Amino acid sequence: MKTYDIDVDCAACALKMEDAARNTNGVKDAQVSFMTLKMKVDFADGADEKSVMKQVLKNCKKVENDCDIYI
Amino acid sequence: MTRKQKQVLIRIITSAVLLAVAIILDKTISINKYLMAAIYLVPYFVIGYDILKKAALGIFHGQVFDENFLMAVATVGAIGLGDFKEGVAVMLFYQIGELFQSIAVGKSRKSISALMDIRPDYANVEKDGHLVRVDPSEVEAGTVITVNPGEKVPIDGVIESGETTLNTSALTGESLPRDAKTGDEVISGSVNMTGVIRIRTTKSFGESTASKILDLVENSSMKKSRSENFITKFARYYTPIVCAGALILAAVPPVFNVIAGNPSAWQVWLTRAFTFLVISCPCALVISIPMSFFGGIGCASKNGILVKGSNYLEALSKTKYVVFDKTGTLTKGVFEVTGVYPESNITKDDLLRLAAFAESASSHPISQSIRAAYGKEIPQNDAIDIKEIAGHGVSATVDGSTVCAGNKKLMALCGAQITSEHNDGTVVYVAKDGKYIGCITISDVVKPDSKRAMNALKAAGIKTVMLTGDSKATADKVAADLGIDTAKSELLPADKVSEVEKLLSEKQKGEALAFVGDGINDAPVLSRADIGIAMGALGSDAAIEAADVVLMDDKPSKIALAMKISGKTLKIVKENIAFALAVKLVCLVLGAIGKANMWIAIFADVGVMVLAVINATRALKIKSDPQ
Repeated sequence: MKTYDIDVDCAACALKMEDAARNTNGVKDAQVSFMTLKMKVDFADGADEKSVMKQVLKNCKKVENDCDIYI
Repeated sequence: MTRKQKQVLIRIITSAVLLAVAIILDKTISINKYLMAAIYLVPYFVIGYDILKKAALGIFHGQVFDENFLMAVATVGAIGLGDFKEGVAVMLFYQIGELFQSIAVGKSRKSISALMDIRPDYANVEKDGHLVRVDPSEVEAGTVITVNPGEKVPIDGVIESGETTLNTSALTGESLPRDAKTGDEVISGSVNMTGVIRIRTTKSFGESTASKILDLVENSSMKKSRSENFITKFARYYTPIVCAGALILAAVPPVFNVIAGNPSAWQVWLTRAFTFLVISCPCALVISIPMSFFGGIGCASKNGILVKGSNYLEALSKTKYVVFDKTGTLTKGVFEVTGVYPESNITKDDLLRLAAFAESASSHPISQSIRAAYGKEIPQNDAIDIKEIAGHGVSATVDGSTVCAGNKKLMALCGAQITSEHNDGTVVYVAKDGKYIGCITISDVVKPDSKRAMNALKAAGIKTVMLTGDSKATADKVAADLGIDTAKSELLPADKVSEVEKLLSEKQKGEALAFVGDGINDAPVLSRADIGIAMGALGSDAAIEAADVVLMDDKPSKIALAMKISGKTLKIVKENIAFALAVKLVCLVLGAIGKANMWIAIFADVGVMVLAVINATRALKIKSDPQ
């Protein structure tokens, strides 16, 4: 379980990021809080956190191009 | 304002001015229709280019039906139909609304982080005779750190030297400063007010109170409440449904008209469909609900109540049963001398002095409390031949006489006849040279705040239960003093779990049960209850870990306050849901029958959102009752 700082402009976009992160391979569960601008990621067993997070960021950018995750 | 917000503001102003110019031109001189459209398009692109881009990207990535898409289709459509003004205005107001929302959210973020201003930036560590500022996370447990007046205590520890006054208000909500001297424990996040203190750290930075609290608060908005989940799900279905509705509105009536042999009037219906889309934007709900919970949690933190998630804040308002552990929760959990009863041949002070001297070498809590009650220094050689008689008490030679202090068995052992009986708490009998001289009663003291807690809970119609491992006599006395509805005594930790489970099965659906405790043995019950509430200052780490709500100042009356904050937050959430949905629904119907134009649609979207956000900020300002 790791928490990352994120940047996103709207609450609905934060929800989209949450969905995108959850549907990334290697992510067991993800939670995004728009109010605190944080993303908490629970990785699947044996997942390489760095490469998974890169993919998460990529998937998030797809649904909301104006977002960022500070990995 | 952030740089991003400033940019948007500049765009809003530019676009508004250009729109005004365009409208004046439109009204005063007759220009070619296409040229006029081009003039209107300038402010449109100034204000809306990013939305259009996002909408296009969204479609490209399979993300149709988001708010960018709604706004893009509605405004492009309006402009296509020749409603230039409306098209630009919708985009303009949408951006104003977004900017407002962004500023409001930023403000509430800021006010919460100001509340949680306990993050220490550095620790002063002595190196080669000089104080050096280091990152607190680099300080190992057991290091001595120096905290100057005005600085925050960065890491939990015990004072090695120095005396000061600490301000713990950021942690506990308690504004009264606390005095601390050598040997006292200090927790990180408190502010050193008066003197320089040196602290031997007992924990690492990550394990210290300040870090734990920050972590807890930052993660609290991750645990979403049912209302938030409802809105998320709602938004997921709602937007596509509205889009489908708009499509039907645009297509079906014109087709029907054509079949019926009337003019199709497709432009009218298309306009209505676009109005529909503008109204439908779910932003008001999506932003205001989490914001209300965030505010509520922030407000609770300000009062020394840490709520670990929006879901718990929500559940608190449904509490119908509060189950208390006794020791450490309703009582102070420390033994104090509550009565000194000398026989006629000795004074109160002498009795206490002799007992304290006899007990001077013991570390038993009872001995400690007697020494604390005596309160004076005990010279080392004044009590000699100190013997601890296990299961009985102690005997010692004081002032040349043999003093025995202990239970009835000890009195029998030294041949003293007990001539007075006392029945509150633990009784220590004292004999001098085989002659009974009086007794001292010791008991756990009820917190001064407990009574108020019970009154407040009772006023709110909540059933109170006390569970304890203590004897029935002690438990019943405390229950009667405090006015607790039910008291169950002589319970083992496992019995507490089964008692709570019994209550859980008895309660109605939609009611919640809260358990309040502090000890390690309370952890299973804390996690079993709907809401586990732990005492933060006295409580064990296990209890704080297992709990959903932590009371930083150990005051049971904060439970009632937490419930009040929860109730008010929920009320704001419900108001927002009802208000936003009602306005949208009415406007949707009006839009469908052609009674609502684009301007009403803008209000239904942006206006409602602004009002909902303003309402949500109220959650942060819920007032605690004057105490």
